[in-house]
Amino acid sequence: MGVHQPLRARSADLWNVLKDVPDPEIPVLSIVDLGIVREVDEDRVVLTPTYTGCPATQVIERMVRDALDSAGFENVRIETTLSPPWTTDWITPEGRDKLRAYGIAPPNAPGERAVHCPQCGSAATEEISRFGSTPCKALWRCRSCAEPFDLFKCH
Amino acid sequence: MPSLPPIRPEDEEVALKTRPSGAFDAPVDEAHRSTLFEMLLRLGDDSLILGQRLGEWCGHAPTVEVDLSLANIALDLIGQATHFLNLAGEVEGKGRDGDTLAFRRDVLDFRNCLLVEQPNGDFAQTMARQLLFSAWQKRLFDQLSASSDDRVAAIAAKAVKEVAYHEELAGEWVIRLGDGTDESRARMTDGLDWMWRFIPELFEIDEQAANAQARGLWPDVDLLRTGYDARLQTVLAEATLEAPKPQRPILGGRRGHHSEHLGHLIAVMQFLPRTYPDAVW
Repeated sequence: MGVHQPLRARSADLWNVLKDVPDPEIPVLSIVDLGIVREVDEDRVVLTPTYTGCPATQVIERMVRDALDSAGFENVRIETTLSPPWTTDWITPEGRDKLRAYGIAPPNAPGERAVHCPQCGSAATEEISRFGSTPCKALWRCRSCAEPFDLFKCH
Repeated sequence: MPSLPPIRPEDEEVALKTRPSGAFDAPVDEAHRSTLFEMLLRLGDDSLILGQRLGEWCGHAPTVEVDLSLANIALDLIGQATHFLNLAGEVEGKGRDGDTLAFRRDVLDFRNCLLVEQPNGDFAQTMARQLLFSAWQKRLFDQLSASSDDRVAAIAAKAVKEVAYHEELAGEWVIRLGDGTDESRARMTDGLDWMWRFIPELFEIDEQAANAQARGLWPDVDLLRTGYDARLQTVLAEATLEAPKPQRPILGGRRGHHSEHLGHLIAVMQFLPRTYPDAVW
């Protein structure tokens, strides 16, 4: 693996490495599913934080560094950008499915009002707390199956 | 390799006149740099001090949901502070970073507004302060998203999405407590009464702010004020509360004249780095 590969093959390899780096708070999602990998070039990876104060940001950078190093990409730089700001619209369709399967309701698509319970699918749900266990989640409850659940907030 | 020619006295003279950054670098506009630094301190210190204040609630809030909300808002604010103060250190160019600015300045060097250093009081007082601050910060960041400095614009555009939540949450609590029981209403009235006199400082244009405005680093505050007043009026009407009577404004935080409360806050916040300098995890 290395420096002399053609550019396209090299960035495909880099994407593959990044696809296996989990989000430390929601390990079922990779950082690619989450949409925080903004750019991959021959010699750099550009990341963006989800929330300004998200404590996972530094952990993610370290995990990406380790993954790149162990795949032989020691020379690839990691850069961080704030602009344009991350939005939940960047979570991939696979990422949304993984969230639901994990028990977290994915953020509503534009125009979608009802929040569906990730356990039983019911739309009879209500907010318990606008802020949940991490900055990106709110705490909800299902009135049909009575289970509480996390909602990934639209952002 | 031929050796370099000897240095002539006239060369030395030229070298001494050259800026330390080098003869061919773009000239640094010192006035611009110091104005930007000052405004970044104001922005960063507002977020840092309020973040620390809200952190004091951790484990003490009335319910676990409220505890989570306050801790999350604090986290957002400390995230903002990290970005603003790191950038301030970079702009200053003296090797200070966000941590150095947060933990190695004393009270007189802080540039936050007086509102954010006010004590938490009871939960109503905390929520009154949050509404007055977040409603301002939301509109300020909306405007700063078009700052002439791209880095400031990026931080503001990122953070404003979070601040919209803070404003909404605080507004909901002001309504719920104001339009609640006699007890909650009395407490919210007192909370607003305590915080109200610190509003004018948010819109103050002193010399530094005027310089910043001229450089596209600070927005038109009259415009901000209109939206702000309208927002407060809407929330207070729904909370069935009257706006407190205008009070004599208290200014000075932006120039380092703080209330006694800030010293106590900083003593707690800086305890560890003061006691164990250069401690690391």
